[in-house]
Amino acid sequence: MAETKAPAQRPLSPHLQIYRPMLTMMMSIVHRITGAALYFGTLIVAWWLLAAAAGQNAYGVFEGFATSWVGRVVLFGYTWALLHHMLGGIRHFVWDLGYGFGPEEREWLVRANLVGSIALTVLLWLCFAMFGMR
Amino acid sequence: MTMRTPLARVRGFGSARSGTEHFWRQRLTAVANVPLTIAFVLIVVSLLGRNHAAAQQILGSPLVAIVMLLFIGSVTYHMRIGMQVIIEDYVHDEIRKLVLFMLNTFFTIAVALASAYAIFKLSFGV
Repeated sequence: MAETKAPAQRPLSPHLQIYRPMLTMMMSIVHRITGAALYFGTLIVAWWLLAAAAGQNAYGVFEGFATSWVGRVVLFGYTWALLHHMLGGIRHFVWDLGYGFGPEEREWLVRANLVGSIALTVLLWLCFAMFGMR
Repeated sequence: MTMRTPLARVRGFGSARSGTEHFWRQRLTAVANVPLTIAFVLIVVSLLGRNHAAAQQILGSPLVAIVMLLFIGSVTYHMRIGMQVIIEDYVHDEIRKLVLFMLNTFFTIAVALASAYAIFKLSFGV
C-alpha cells in the first residue's frame, strides 16, 4: 500500500453550470460577493476614522474622496452591499432556525432581501441628498 | 485497535483544522453585527454634512465611541472567518492556502487595531 493510486474517473456531483440559475442560488452568490466587497470596503471605514483622528486636513482629504463622483459610486455600492449582506444574514438566521424552506417562502425571503436592501439604500441616499450635500 | 472515539479523531482534521467553533462564532458575530450595523449607519447619517470638529466631537463621545469599537471588533472578526471560508472553498494548494490565511489574519487585525486606535484617539484627544 505504499503507492497511492490515481483517483478513479468517477462522475463528479453536478456543479453550478449544470443547474438552471435560480433566484435563491443567485442570491447565495451575491451574499458571498457582497461579503467579500465589504471585507475591502472596511478599509474606507478605517480611513474615515483615522482621518477624523488625524485632523482637519486629513479629514478634508477624505471628504474630497467621499464627495467625488468615484467616491460616491463606491460609497453607494458600500451602502447597498452592507444593507444587503445584513438583510441576507437575517434571512440565513431564519433558515438556521429551520423556517422558510418552502418553495414560496424561500422565494419570498430572497425577494424581500433584494427589495429591502435596494429600498433602504435609496432611502439613505435621499437622506444624504437632503442633508449631506454642501 | 485504537481507544480513541471517532469524535476525537475527527477533531482538528477539517480543512480549517477546527470544527463547529467557526460556524458558531460566525453566527455569534453575525447576530451582533445586525444592531451594530444599524447603529453605525445611524452614526454616519448623523454626521452627514457636518464639519471635522463636529465629527471629532460626535465620534469621540463615550456612547458613539463604544458602539463604534464594538462594531469594528465584531465586523473584523466576522470578516476574518468569512474570508477564511472563501479561501478554503477556492484555494486548494496547501502552501498558498496557509499564506492567504496569514494575510487574512494580518489584514483583519490591522484594520481592527487601526480603527480602534483612531476611536481611542478621538475619545481621549491625545
